[in-house]
Amino acid sequence: MYGYGKGILKGLGVTLKRFVESYLEDLNWIGKKYSAEKTAFHSSKNQRGTFTIEYPEQKLPTPEEFRFVPFLVYDEGESGKKEIRCTSCGICAKACPPQCIWIVRTTDPSTGRPVPQPAEFYIDADICMNCGFCAEYCPFDAIKMDHDYEIASYGRNLLNKERLMKSASYYASIRPLNNAREVEARRAKEAAKAAKAG
Amino acid sequence: MTTPVVEAINLAEKFPGKVTADARPGYSGWIISKENLVEVATFIRDEMGYDALTNLCAIDYLEQKMMEVTYQVFKTTGGPVLTFKAQAERVDPIEIPSVVSVWPGAELQEREAYDLYGIRFVGHPDLRRILMWEGFDGYPMRRDWKEAFYEEDAKPLKSRWPEGKHKLAETRATFGDNVAFKPGFDPDKWIPSDPEELLYATLKNYKSEVKDGIKTDHVVVNMGPQHPSTHGVFRAVAVLDGEIVVSIKPVMGYLHRNHEKIGERNTWLQNIPYTDRLDYFNSMYNAWSYALAVEKMMGITVPERAEYIRVIMGELSRIQNHLILFGMLWNDLGSYFTPALYAFEERELILDIFEAVSGSRMMCNYYRFGGVVRDIDEASMKKIKELVFDRLPGKIEEIDRLLSENEIFVSRMKGVGYLSPEDSIAYSVTGPNLRAAGVPYDIRRADPYGIYDRFEFDIPVRHNSDLLDRYHLRMDEIHQSLRILQQALKQITEGPVLAGKPQYTHRVPVGEAYGRVEAPKGELGYYVVSNGKGNPYRYHIRTPSFVNITSMEKMCVGTKIADFVAILGMVDIVLGELDR
Ligand code: SF4
Ligand code: SF4
Repeated sequence: MYGYGKGILKGLGVTLKRFVESYLEDLNWIGKKYSAEKTAFHSSKNQRGTFTIEYPEQKLPTPEEFRFVPFLVYDEGESGKKEIRCTSCGICAKACPPQCIWIVRTTDPSTGRPVPQPAEFYIDADICMNCGFCAEYCPFDAIKMDHDYEIASYGRNLLNKERLMKSASYYASIRPLNNAREVEARRAKEAAKAAKAG
Repeated sequence: MTTPVVEAINLAEKFPGKVTADARPGYSGWIISKENLVEVATFIRDEMGYDALTNLCAIDYLEQKMMEVTYQVFKTTGGPVLTFKAQAERVDPIEIPSVVSVWPGAELQEREAYDLYGIRFVGHPDLRRILMWEGFDGYPMRRDWKEAFYEEDAKPLKSRWPEGKHKLAETRATFGDNVAFKPGFDPDKWIPSDPEELLYATLKNYKSEVKDGIKTDHVVVNMGPQHPSTHGVFRAVAVLDGEIVVSIKPVMGYLHRNHEKIGERNTWLQNIPYTDRLDYFNSMYNAWSYALAVEKMMGITVPERAEYIRVIMGELSRIQNHLILFGMLWNDLGSYFTPALYAFEERELILDIFEAVSGSRMMCNYYRFGGVVRDIDEASMKKIKELVFDRLPGKIEEIDRLLSENEIFVSRMKGVGYLSPEDSIAYSVTGPNLRAAGVPYDIRRADPYGIYDRFEFDIPVRHNSDLLDRYHLRMDEIHQSLRILQQALKQITEGPVLAGKPQYTHRVPVGEAYGRVEAPKGELGYYVVSNGKGNPYRYHIRTPSFVNITSMEKMCVGTKIADFVAILGMVDIVLGELDR
């Protein structure tokens, strides 16, 4: 049959082109193989050559909105005191789809009335589906999604309050844009309140 | 294009005493007395032209002491679905006539309703459990059935707050106690008493025969559940005459987690991240259909910009879905992983965008009732434009060049897996495989949702209905998706992306709704019922993988067993949504 095998050759042409390209492209990055620039090139429209990256030497940057198991934000008070933002209102626990957030509310021992602070706060990270609802619906910017995805362990990842607490400055470092928006919103709210009082 | 008018025939007048209009507030359609179901269904198909059955599911109205089966049918010439129901008293044995004789595509869906609700479909050719296994006790979707980890009927659970002392789930229901068996049933000692009776009986029974003085036998071959070509844990049992398939049956449920039951315990919102886990390749498309159904009941209109974003994300998702299919198909056909990884490169670039916008590559959780969770940031928008206008067209062309004309590949696919257009419709095939059989049915045009009516695009159709055509059709679809994307990116305007304020609880008025979209694999539909509470009363998913597999036997009989691999690959199943 005349022309039989043309299709195969056409396809092999593509493979050959790719094969050569992967070497040519490497030449462009001599000495810069693990640079951030190279990693950015990987997810750009001009990407060509070897597509894979060499984890863990190389890591893809996590975009700001990337979400992994949540953490509780604390503000650094005077003399380094950790002031947890959470008021134990329970909204995150109600919104959580697999119901993996467990909160014990603090009660004032003298009056028996609830105090707006969690006594205990657990996230069963093995059940958490990383949906981000808790962070989305918390009215106090107290719980946020993390960027740290390297948490594999041999046991159960049951995270308690101590493990969950991370500083507001850490939060600002992983989600700068979100943080700036929230700071601004809180400031505006304060200002409105002050104006009303004044 | 305008939507064809809704059916004008009044069935209640046509069949007095046999059909009544469903007058419950929030409900619509017809209630057919079960004695006359087949008669009226035949009328609906032959006289009214509803040639395809799309969805069939049961609902347990516990308080009303009634079981209901809901049917959604459509015309392949276009237009919205027609809903009708059959009801039976909730006293075992619950019997409702089977409609398999009218729409053969009902076969697996009726088995599912039998398996999960215990409704016996009289006249069904092969009524067995399908997702659960034979020793299982009870019907897990019934409202009064409780799972081993049962705490309360509905979330949020009271034990989590304000006295949420943590308890490990595995200490509440320990291994061994987390499953219910029939009385007297011991899984360690159980041997299927007569396997013939269970499964093999449904494959035709063969006697050995003597041909040319040689005694020959048919061979039973189990493909899966861990066979690499089954793309997960799917099993097919085939009876072979030499290499030729004489009869084949799907066996499934290995990944069954009773998604629908979880969905009834969840609040309305909590179901959205769960939908990501159905067809995990298309989490950007899955929730759309669910959102449509709930938005219909709540009467929310989605803001312009959000509609555009849904289209953009949806079509990107379609492109990467087809790319995976190509990659895996080439792998199945023996070209190993080189082409698969070429296809995956473009997919990864699309997933980069999903990750930046939604926060996760595959579990996007991006839809909300009334829009989407957040706007596309500028950097991602730029990237989408670069991909759609500059990179993808060329790369798709390259992928096309790589194997589409490869003689080995073509000879493996040409003329294999034929399914006639009539059979495709009868077996409720939807999506690319239906269009490759020459039926130009695409919900984006036939029953438009979102803003698809604003774009100029073609519905690609092919006519040979073999594997090669199904392959080419998907290639055509990628080009059309790019066309839609290019228009959407030019037209999109600024504005809000969510109607109203973000809320985590929703008031959904009493009633029912069926939402359907043209997902990359076929029709994805959600049938939801609300009783006015914070959780869906019924949450049913009609997934394209599950329904499309009904036609597998028809396509495979008469071909070689090796072709089964390619045929199954082209049905494009994903086990997350097949088993649910
Ligand atoms: S983290 Fe936020 S939502 Fe959760 S209990 Fe604390 S304040 Fe409420
Ligand atoms: S991310 Fe989702 S699953 Fe995880 S704790 Fe938050 S709400 Fe729960």
